Formats: sequence, C-alpha cells, structure tokens
Amino acid sequence: MMMNFRGMSAIYAFEMARFGRTFWTSLMLPVVTTALYFIVFGSAIGSRMSDISGVPYGAFIVPGLMMLTMFSEGISNASFGIYMPKWTGTIYEMLSAPLSATELLMAYVGAAATKAVLIGAIIFGTVHFFVDVEVAHPAAMVGFMLLLAVTLCLFGFIIGLWAQSFEQLQVVPMLIVYPLTFLGGAFYSIDMLPPFWRSVALFNPVVYLISGFRWTFFGQGDVSPMASMVAVALFLILCLSAVFWVFRTGYRLKQ
Amino acid sequence: MDNILDIRGLGKRYAGGHRALDDVNLQIRKGEIFALLGPNGAGKSSLIGICCGIVTPSEGQVLVGGHDHQKQFRAARSMIGLVPQELLTDAFERVVVTVNFSRGLFGKPKDPAYIEQLLKDLSLWDKRHAKMMELSGGMKRRAMIAKALSHEPDILFLDEPTAGVDVELRRDMWNMVHRLRERGVTIILTTHYIEEAEEMADRVGVITGGKLILVEEKQALMQKLGRKTLTLNLAEPLERVPDALAPWNVRLGAGGYELIYDFDSQAEATGVPSLLRQMSDMGMAFKDLHTSQSSLEDIFVGLVHQDRHGGDA
Repeated sequence: MMMNFRGMSAIYAFEMARFGRTFWTSLMLPVVTTALYFIVFGSAIGSRMSDISGVPYGAFIVPGLMMLTMFSEGISNASFGIYMPKWTGTIYEMLSAPLSATELLMAYVGAAATKAVLIGAIIFGTVHFFVDVEVAHPAAMVGFMLLLAVTLCLFGFIIGLWAQSFEQLQVVPMLIVYPLTFLGGAFYSIDMLPPFWRSVALFNPVVYLISGFRWTFFGQGDVSPMASMVAVALFLILCLSAVFWVFRTGYRLKQ
Repeated sequence: MDNILDIRGLGKRYAGGHRALDDVNLQIRKGEIFALLGPNGAGKSSLIGICCGIVTPSEGQVLVGGHDHQKQFRAARSMIGLVPQELLTDAFERVVVTVNFSRGLFGKPKDPAYIEQLLKDLSLWDKRHAKMMELSGGMKRRAMIAKALSHEPDILFLDEPTAGVDVELRRDMWNMVHRLRERGVTIILTTHYIEEAEEMADRVGVITGGKLILVEEKQALMQKLGRKTLTLNLAEPLERVPDALAPWNVRLGAGGYELIYDFDSQAEATGVPSLLRQMSDMGMAFKDLHTSQSSLEDIFVGLVHQDRHGGDA
C-alpha cells in the first residue's frame, strides 16, 4: 500500500459527517451573521460612509467579512476535529492505523478546509441579497480562498494538537486570531488609520491575508498582491513545519 | 511454530524519567493465546502501546510478521487490532458506522457481509443502529472488540478485556477469544484476573518493574512451580506438631483438627506415603483427606514477591 487512500477517505467522511449532523446550524449561522453585519455595517453605518478607493462601503467589507468567518470556522473546525479524538481517547485508532502523518494531516485539514470554503461560498451567496459585488479576478479569488482555507485549517490543526483543555482550544482563536482579524482591515482600509497606527498595522499578518483577498475582488488592496502571496506562503510553510515537527516528535500526541 | 511477533531489546523511558520497560525480549507464536500478567504499572500497557504504534520506544525493535513496526509501519500495523483498556468511543456515532470507520482506517474496502457476521458474533447486530452512548458498558466493550476486529487482523491485543464486566459477559468473551484462536488469530491479552489467564492462555509472561521476568507454557509453569497441599482432617485434635513429623515440615490448622503438608507434586519422592506410614505407626487416625493445587495466582504472587525482594523470598 503506497498511500492509505481509504483510511484518509474514512477520516474525511467522518469529519464531513460531523459537519452534516449540524448542517442547518453550520449553514444558518454564517447566513444570519452575514445578514446582521450588513444590517449594522452596510445599512446603519455604511450609508453614512463614503466610498473607499471608489468601492461602495457595503461591497468593500465583503472580502473582510468572508475572511473573518473563514478564519473563525476554519480554525475552530480543524482544531476541534483533532482535539476531540485526543480528548475522548479515540486518537489511539488513528495512531495505530497504517496511516502516515501526511495522510492524517491531509484528511483532517482537507475536511476542515472543505467546510471553510463551503461557508465562505455561503457568505458570498448571501451578500448578494444586500449589495452588488463583482469579482475582478475570479480564478485568483477561488485560488486564494482555497489556499487560505488550507493554511488556516493547518493553523487550527496545530492549536488542536497543542490544546490540553477546551479553554486552551478557545484561547488562541478568541484572544489572538479574532482581534488580529478585526484589526487587520476586515471592515476598513488601513490607509484610513493615522500614519503611526498604519505602520503598526503592517506588523499584523492578517492585514496581508485580507488585503490579498480584497485585491482579487476589486483589483486593489492595502498592500501589493505579491506581498500578500508571500505572507500566505510563509504562514503555510510555518504551519506545515510545526505540524511535521509534532508528528515527528509525537509532541502531545504520542507518549 | 512461526513467531508472528518478535520483540527485541525493547525499552521505554518516559519524559519524566520513569523507566516503564527495560530490555524486554519476547517472541509470540502464530495462533497462540499469550497472557501477560503483571501488577499495576508493570509496563504491560507500554509494551502493547509500542507494538501498536501509540507509544514511541526509547530503544529496541518490534517485528510484526517480519515487518519492522517503525520502518514498515503500514504492513506491521495492518496486522494488528487493539482493544484498549478504557472504553474509548465516539459517543454520538452509531455502532455499525464506527465499526465501518475502523475498517476504513486500515485501508480495507467495505465488506457488509463480514461486518454483519462480526456484529452477530458479538451479539451487537440488534444494536447496530444504536449510538455508542446508548450502549451499556459491556456492549461498549463488545463494540470496541468489533472495531478492533473490523479489519480482520492477524494479531489481537486485548488490554484488560474483562475489566469491570460481569461474569456472564466475561464468559462470553472467553468463548469469543477461543473462537478467534480457532480462526488463526493470535491473541495477546493483559489481565489482572489470573483465572482469565488460567482459563485461556497457552503461554504466560510475567512482567514487573518493566522487566519480563518469566515466559513459560502455562501448563509447564503450573507443573514446574505448582505446589500441592495435602490436608488431613484428624480424628483427634493436636496441640502441637509431634517431633516425629518434623522431617515433613507439616503445620496445624483448624484449631489442631487439620494437619497440613505442602509438597512438590513433580518431585520424585513427594513424601506423602512416608508421612501416612509414620502417622499410622504413631497411631494417629484421620477422618478425611484432600489435596489442592496452587493456582496461577499463587504462582504469580510468588514470582512478583520474589522479584521485588531480590530473589530471597
């Protein structure tokens, strides 16, 4: 057996079934959240906001909104997916099965990334009820979304491997990732910040991710698309290195 | 008989410094039932964990069907099924789904007929659509065995298989183990219940302090180390053992109504006839007599005690 495709498929299907069990919650949550954001930011505040670089404010926040939800869903799905078998102890099955670290990773991250992309697509569909938005670079938008979903889910996978309690599982997404995303220009351009805070914002890696995604929509962003691609690539390499170190050493996975 | 599992110089030291296994060498024959006995913390679960890929060894090698369990992990792990000690299940999954999931993990194509027969053999067929959390402890244990057998392994590790289950279920499991052996599955079980090893095992290994101190055929072990006890119910009670019986090292019991003699049943001269003759010569009458053989438990306790006290016990 060169690769255990059936084993990978079993984990992938298991994870997707977990998503399926909460399908309506998983589906309705992003739809309702998106509607609320548009009522608050689009209608109530957005009507008083001027265009940003020629883009109406309602449309401007679409990429940031998609990123915000994909960040939260991708990370939580991936971290929960690997944390649960650790917590229940059923991880023994995965560790004793003829599956390599790469196969385990591809199955778990693949399932979480699929969910993140599905949710991103649902939000994209929902926003059309509230605002007209066109995508300048559709292929780049899909590619960026896939790449980002995989990277975020890898990051979530690391959190799930590292976490030893449900509190730890929540702490990184809630106290680090969520604030960084909000401050990363999800609902504004960092050009709107005073020069000092703009310079500070450039140290926030999320700025590059959101800016790159926004570029695929409007052909413009806070930083160049190349800088965004480099940031995503670095993030991906960093996450992959961390995961393979974990599998090699068995850190918090094997005794 | 071929060895299906070959453990060579296996050692494990955990991060905290605890040495769980120390130079363990063990060969398991194809098709046998091997019972690994040992007190808590002896290293039984560490040994199983290493063989199954859950615990990383510090040194040594494990060959499963000739495959190195680390370098050729796919071939090695494909041959092994594991039933861990704890009831570790996905509470929300249905029995048949989780059993099929386990089969899939091992790269096996779906085989509804095999899974149906497996669930029927384990009396789980009627519960196949039940969620794991709806099952009783005994049923969960059966479901875990079904998961371990779902990919048709050649070797089955049972880590304390009957811990916390009732007598009826324990008997069912023993029968199941015998049926599996008839199908050619090699079974390695750890247990605290000596009668379990006595009932099922072909060979017994005793591990304590991370060291395998004995591996022996069960029958040979019981014969080699087994002591017999002769108990004579005396017609008249004795206050003390008569000096004439001192060479037999007998002792009194039941308030002087019993004369007890421990002897080696394998010895050329057991000393029983001469003792009875001596008693007859002394006019000592007895109403009844019976002998009893020491159990595997007695042997196990003796071995562990001996090991802990440096062999001076």
